[in-house]
Amino acid sequence: MDDLYRAFAVPTRRAILDELVERDGQSLFELCGRLVMKHGIGSSRQAISQHLEVLESAGLVVVKREGRYKFHWFRGEPLQAITERWPAAPQKRK
Amino acid sequence: MRLNIYSVMVDDQAKALRFYTEVLGFQKKHDIPMGEHSWITVVSAEDPGGTELGLEPDAHPAAKVFKAAMVEDGIPFTSFAVDDIAAEHKRLESLGVRFTQPPVDYGTVTTAVFDDTCGNLIQIAQEKSA
Repeated sequence: MDDLYRAFAVPTRRAILDELVERDGQSLFELCGRLVMKHGIGSSRQAISQHLEVLESAGLVVVKREGRYKFHWFRGEPLQAITERWPAAPQKRK
Repeated sequence: MRLNIYSVMVDDQAKALRFYTEVLGFQKKHDIPMGEHSWITVVSAEDPGGTELGLEPDAHPAAKVFKAAMVEDGIPFTSFAVDDIAAEHKRLESLGVRFTQPPVDYGTVTTAVFDDTCGNLIQIAQEKSA
C-alpha cells in the first residue's frame, strides 16, 4: 500500500490520473500536451515518464503496446484496497 | 531567405505519394527520378503555389531508429493546419487512417495525431479564430 500513497503524494501524478480518467489510453505525447496546456505542468517528457513509472509500479497505470505505439491506461483496482480497509460507504461501517 | 520546402522521411516513396495525395488530399508537384529514389514533393490543394512538402526516403539507418522512437511516444514529426478538425478526423478515419490521438481541445487550438502509414505520426491543428 505504501506504493499507492507515494503515487498520490505528488500533484503532477494526480493530474496524470485525472487526464487518463478523462480519456484512457494516451501516448506520452498526448499526456505531456494535456499536462502543459491544461494544468500548466511544463515538466520534461523524461520527468513525466518517471512519474508514469511510479504510477505503474503502484498498479494505477498500465502501459500497453499496440504495434509500434505505446499507450497508458488508468487502473482503479488498487484503490479497492483503501476502501476495503476504510469503507467509504456509511452502511458498511460497523 | 524564405521557406519553400520541408520534408518528411518516408519508408516507401510510392506508397507515401499515394497516401499524401489520395488520402490526405495534397497535390503532386514534383516526381523526378534521382537514381534509386525520386525527388517527390506535394502541395496543398488550397495553396498550390505555397510551401512544398518533400517525401524523402528514410534510407539512412539512423532515420529509422529516430522515427520508431518518435512513434512509440506518440510524437508527431510535423503539423498541418486544418479549418475543421472534427470533420477532417471523421473523414480520415472513414478512410482507415489510424489516429493515436483524437481531437483534443486545448482552448486556443485543437489538435489530433494520426499515422501516415510511412513511419511517421502527423499532427493536424485547428486554431481558434480570435
